Amino acid sequence: MSLISFTTPSGFLQRRAKPRGQAQARALLPKAPFPAQRLLGPVLILALWYVASGAGWISPAKMPGPDAVIASLAKMVVDGTLAIDVAASLQRAALGLSIGVVSGFILAVVAGLTRLGDALIDGNVQVKRSIPSLALIPLFIIWLGIGETMKVAIIALGTMVPIYINTHAALRGIDRRFVELGQTVSLSRARFLRHIVFPASLPGFFTGLRMAVTHSWTALVVVETINATSGIGFMITQARIYGQTDVVLVGLLLYGVLGFGSDGLVRALERRTLSWRQSLDQ
Amino acid sequence: MASVARPVDRPDTPVVRVSNLRRVFDGRTILDGLDLNIARGEFVALLGRSGSGKSTILRAVAGLDAVVDGSIEVPERRSVLFQDSRLLPWMSVVDNVTLGSYGPGTRERAKAALREVGLGAKEKSWPKTLSGGEQQRVALARSLVRDPELLLADEPFSALDALTRIRMQRLLQELCQRHAPAVLFVTHDVEEALRLADRVVITANGRITYDQPVATARGSPLRVEALRNDILDRLGVSKD
Repeated sequence: MSLISFTTPSGFLQRRAKPRGQAQARALLPKAPFPAQRLLGPVLILALWYVASGAGWISPAKMPGPDAVIASLAKMVVDGTLAIDVAASLQRAALGLSIGVVSGFILAVVAGLTRLGDALIDGNVQVKRSIPSLALIPLFIIWLGIGETMKVAIIALGTMVPIYINTHAALRGIDRRFVELGQTVSLSRARFLRHIVFPASLPGFFTGLRMAVTHSWTALVVVETINATSGIGFMITQARIYGQTDVVLVGLLLYGVLGFGSDGLVRALERRTLSWRQSLDQ
Repeated sequence: MASVARPVDRPDTPVVRVSNLRRVFDGRTILDGLDLNIARGEFVALLGRSGSGKSTILRAVAGLDAVVDGSIEVPERRSVLFQDSRLLPWMSVVDNVTLGSYGPGTRERAKAALREVGLGAKEKSWPKTLSGGEQQRVALARSLVRDPELLLADEPFSALDALTRIRMQRLLQELCQRHAPAVLFVTHDVEEALRLADRVVITANGRITYDQPVATARGSPLRVEALRNDILDRLGVSKD
């Protein structure tokens, strides 16, 4: 049998004994956000882009600099063509999203609160969930033509799913203790829904809403690129044909700004509505 | 299915009448023909070891157990005080207090109840901004505002720190003197039972095995000591 002896490396104990300050105690939580910190990443990318194109590292035909893109954006604003395309896109996205949100919420409530509804609806939505919207386009063109109806229907169907999934999960996951409380204070079913079930499912609904808003822009790109005579996607497709890289970039920029902006709006709405919550967001 | 009926309204009849209560969980008999009466305005502390069915009795009397067997007569106006304050986090304190109470003057009564528990200034706060003791006081106000003839409490102070617990016990004592509801108070704290109750009841093996008035003993430390030893003994905590 051998005897093993340990020697403590000098400094080891000292390191262990080092007093643990505030930084150590807070290490599990991210640090407090500074104003507009979400903008930092995009601004950094823009700066890099500006430097790279200004220094001539990338060919202007493949990737014009931000100044060229802003110049063509300004031109399109002035001659009014941009407004028409943005308005067309916004209208499609807003209409599709509204229909998707309302129908997703109604389906989630019916499936979440009634057994028959759950039996009829939940399976179908789960199947729909695994079919990409893109794959439905041929069928929708046959049924609805290539007009606005088809585009709005694709967006509505796509945005309905995240609303449904998250709201339904929140309704199903309601805390049993609150149900008992409702029983002990003899709430009617209507008041139980109003005071307990709906407020409890709001956080889930907002998670779904944020996903749905992002999805509405993604779906918009798909439907506008395939067949359209107006909209940002149409503008991009046209510019590709004529080799106008700067216009393509204007289109991408617009999608980015609209997506970022609408997500910010939903976040703000969420913070206002769910101000009773204490979380990392606050 | 338990039959629930209102007792005949005579001063000498018990306000709670539970008889032959039976409850089986997964083949295990928790309540085995249990009987329990509570008089109007009487404070009954219910003690027992873990798993002896204390909470099962309380839930049955509260109407939260749909499959319990037996006969339960309870007053219509009753409130439940849970171990957790069970406040709805999305409602202000005063809205939590009025939950389930309607009609003219409800809000005023809720504010009065909040003042009674010392939280008159917090009516507009979110529950999550209150301390554990304050949250439980709001729950107490929610129980009071219903002007209950029967208050059911399931270890309501066991999650609080020792000092807050004493403060809450005193508050409950005051409130019970003023409003005089019958109380069924489940606890595992013998001291708490001896301090608050008119009568201490112990359950074991699905029945009541000990039923003793304790209020009369409170003047005499010797008698309280004897009661304490007796109760601890029956709960399986012997001195030697």
